Amino acid sequence: MHSDIFDRYHHSNSPLHRLDPRIKVVIAIAFILSNALLPDGAWTAYGLSFLFLLLAVIFSNLGFLFTIRRSLIALPFALAAVTVLFLPLGTPVTTFRFLFWNLTITDVGLIRFISIVIRSWLSVQMAVLLVAVTQFPDLIHALEHLHVPRIITTIIAFLYRFLFILTDEVLRLLRARKARSAGVAGRRAGGDVIWRAQVAGHMTGQLFLRSYERSDRIYNAMLSRGYTGNLRTLNPHQIHGRDLMVATLALVLVLIIQIFGYL
Amino acid sequence: MHFGPPLLHIPDGFLSVTISLFCWLITGTALSFAIARTNRTLGEKQVPLMGIMAAFIFAAQMINFPVAGGTSGHVLGAVLASILLGPWPAMIVMTAVIAVQALLFQDGGLLAMGANILNMGILPAAIGYGLYRIVLPRSRIVKLAAAGLAGWLSVIAGALSVSIQLWLSGTSQLQTVLLAMLGIHIFIGLGEALITVGALAYIFRTRPNVLSERPDKSRGGIGWIVAGLIISLVVVLLAPFASAYPDGLNRVAIDLGFMDIARGGVGIFSEYQLPFFSWSPVAQIAAGILGMLAVGTVIIFVGRALRERSNEG
Repeated sequence: MHSDIFDRYHHSNSPLHRLDPRIKVVIAIAFILSNALLPDGAWTAYGLSFLFLLLAVIFSNLGFLFTIRRSLIALPFALAAVTVLFLPLGTPVTTFRFLFWNLTITDVGLIRFISIVIRSWLSVQMAVLLVAVTQFPDLIHALEHLHVPRIITTIIAFLYRFLFILTDEVLRLLRARKARSAGVAGRRAGGDVIWRAQVAGHMTGQLFLRSYERSDRIYNAMLSRGYTGNLRTLNPHQIHGRDLMVATLALVLVLIIQIFGYL
Repeated sequence: MHFGPPLLHIPDGFLSVTISLFCWLITGTALSFAIARTNRTLGEKQVPLMGIMAAFIFAAQMINFPVAGGTSGHVLGAVLASILLGPWPAMIVMTAVIAVQALLFQDGGLLAMGANILNMGILPAAIGYGLYRIVLPRSRIVKLAAAGLAGWLSVIAGALSVSIQLWLSGTSQLQTVLLAMLGIHIFIGLGEALITVGALAYIFRTRPNVLSERPDKSRGGIGWIVAGLIISLVVVLLAPFASAYPDGLNRVAIDLGFMDIARGGVGIFSEYQLPFFSWSPVAQIAAGILGMLAVGTVIIFVGRALRERSNEG
């Protein structure tokens, strides 16, 4: 069993795939920042933001539903914002009874809640799109060009490389636990919760030791191949005029979204 | 698949820009210290090690154990990392883990990443190493107890910090979000504590030299004890206080003018009270007792450490 769920890149030869990774990162962050800056209830601006996203999706050849399907991950967090529905400001919209409480939804609360959910949903989709059209090593390289400290980008690069191996290790550990945890139907198998947590703890300790020993071997192998402390790439990553044009266009569009947001 | 407690990974859109940037500022400062220290004290060999340790933390978050009713517990790993690697490297390692979770899985936002690193990397690493450092010369069982306490507190610190960030951003009402977050994470924290203790006990038993052979230069001493204790005390005191008297915290934030800054353009919030939720005396007492217990535990640890010191001297 191999864990290839970590590869979020979807290969295609779209204009968005060919765009320089730095430009893609900058545009994505500008878009997310722009969403965060939009005030509540700026429906026109949200609509324009959505069109911007749609435009990007069209240029990615990934299909209309691609980002929507993967964007559901942030949905549970909307629970945290539910309480703003009941802000005692503005005029009440509706009142209902929930268990012991009479809850009143106000218009200000409702607008704020919907605004938070929309802004978050748009931002998450852009992040989904970013990793789907950029290979992860290119993404890391872009971060390095954007002056993220080298030690962090190098560690992220290592993390990504060995993630697959260590995840396989975890899956083996989990399978071994499952194999030795036979149970009789209708009876509880194994000890209490604390015992189970201890087993998980021992597995974590085991995983640490295996990773630790492996890191020694990896370092020696890398050293013998001429590792000097930096990861290198053969991909030159040159920004062409076309990339700059796309970047300028995208930033102007984001600016227009902002202007509409505050009109 | 599980990748850490989802409720601690704040997605984009839930924090105000001011709070996001403020958290990035704190995180950035802490990280630049961490990077400077790590670059100075660690050789080139440590970079691959830290990368693989980051992958280890990421993978360790997938090890779960069934609790009850289909739920399962798993580990965040920051305390474990700070004990195994030292606090500065642990912060960098957790940053890498949180960055990959945000970039690859959108588990946590990009603009909100500063807050996420603060809540799940920097605070837990400081608490974890600070408390562990106090009992470093002590017996194995005391060390494990300290690690467990640190694991529990670190999750509660994260939950408290998330609640406050959401509240200051005007996304949630303070009392409800605090009750919900702390209520859940008091239990999630127990899972963190148990796994951290289990992992350390296993490493102590099978490979005790791994922990002692690490270079101590990157670790530091009394400063971490102070930092860890201060953060722990703030958590231990603030959590029950804020839960019991959210209006008090609200008042303080408004008086300091923090509210206007934090909410930036939002500005629709004035002082408000929860219309439908009020604390029962029982809950207030429970929160009080919980706080007392936690404070008591910390005081006992401090007392022991101080006695140790005076005995030596």
